[in-house]
Amino acid sequence: MRYVDEFRDPELIIKASEEIYRLADPDRHYRIMEVCGGHTHAIYRFGLKDILPSNIELIHGPGCPVCVLPMGRIDDGLTVATNFDVIFAAFGDMMRVPGTQGSPFEHKARGTDVRIVYSPADALQIARKNPEKHVMFFAIGFETTAPSTALTLMRAKSEGITNFSVFCNHVTIVPAIRAILDSPDMRLDAFIGPGHVSTVIGCRPYEWIARSEGKPVVTSGFEPLDLLQSLVMLLRQLRAGEARVENQYKRVVPWEGNRAALKAMAEIFQLRPYFEWRGLGFISQSALRIRDEYAEWDAEQRFPIPGTRVTDPKAAQCGEVLKGVLKPAQCKLFGKECTPEHPIGALMVSTEGSCAAYYNYEHRKAAMVTSISSVA
Amino acid sequence: MCLAIPGRIVGLVPGETHLGTVEVAGVRRKVDLGLLLEEMPVVGDWVLIHVGFAMTKISEQDALEQMHLLQMLGETEQAMQEVRGYGFEETGEQSSGNPQPN
Repeated sequence: MRYVDEFRDPELIIKASEEIYRLADPDRHYRIMEVCGGHTHAIYRFGLKDILPSNIELIHGPGCPVCVLPMGRIDDGLTVATNFDVIFAAFGDMMRVPGTQGSPFEHKARGTDVRIVYSPADALQIARKNPEKHVMFFAIGFETTAPSTALTLMRAKSEGITNFSVFCNHVTIVPAIRAILDSPDMRLDAFIGPGHVSTVIGCRPYEWIARSEGKPVVTSGFEPLDLLQSLVMLLRQLRAGEARVENQYKRVVPWEGNRAALKAMAEIFQLRPYFEWRGLGFISQSALRIRDEYAEWDAEQRFPIPGTRVTDPKAAQCGEVLKGVLKPAQCKLFGKECTPEHPIGALMVSTEGSCAAYYNYEHRKAAMVTSISSVA
Repeated sequence: MCLAIPGRIVGLVPGETHLGTVEVAGVRRKVDLGLLLEEMPVVGDWVLIHVGFAMTKISEQDALEQMHLLQMLGETEQAMQEVRGYGFEETGEQSSGNPQPN
């Protein structure tokens, strides 16, 4: 158990692990999806696979916002910024994501005004300080981030700041889970529900997964003990033949979510009829657009958007990895053409992407073992 | 970007009801409190911060555990870089830790 020593409470970790061994039916193979990219990162970092029975397979879900953004949207945002002399502001995670004409960083090197911001409110601040320029915030993220964009737009409107707009790529997690469950090549037993998305939407939106699909969901924290306890809760339900939504992360996630955040989102956004997800295709009612009352701050209404559609390189199997059908290392490009230093797909760019997480922990570890044994 | 950063409210900004000063591992920055309108924090409360907005109130114990988690994930430096990067201090009253001319 590689990292147990640095865990806060090693004894509890061992206890939880033993309980998982006790609950898991050795004749059954469990496929449990962790929806959130933060969980994927933590699972690899802590080497949790090493302390779980081999018949528990953790499948990495679609909850990494950078990873599910289609390349065409990046191209569209950068085209607007370049053609209209607009300041392109985005989170650092976006900067190395490749578009067909290069990443935001590569556009910056070619002269487009690209800025890293840590908050949508910082993008608004750039607009305040540069009244002669237009600032476009390239917004990504699930319901964790969307309320912050919403509040920023409300501040822009109330202050009358009109040299600011949002290119909205916010997506919602539940329709993506539905798309995965509807996928014919997918078999899952249960879900580890996202932690921070749930602080906003609460636990109720997952109830249909238990009720209609008969699959347990446990909303989980991010620490090793949280994840192990969530697995214990899921296995208890599976063993008893039950399917309910439970909240392991009660200390942070209220069952009903955050009403102020939901209200801000409802005021600013409405559901798009459909939206393209990288690897998953078009999913109906799965993304947010800015309401017409805020058209002046909506980059898609202010600027002509090319509507670029890009097919991922044929050899890259991002879609299959994203759906959990393939493991990262089973993709033909993994670790060869596609590495964190030279990513081809977005799953290799973000630390929350399953390919980058797998590469940084499992692949490097395996490479090290190989080189040590070849020296020996 | 999914992981949240724990901080303690050390000041509320007069005249700017939606802004508060938080301290994260000794660094002070303004954050937006607009998502906590239904349970406004007071000085001394701990909050989880995501992209410059306080998302939820947490206990001191949970704040310490969250910081430990970031450390274990090797993301402390990234988190501090994010906190230092928030440009809010220029919007309202100056942060006591890092005064800036308006």
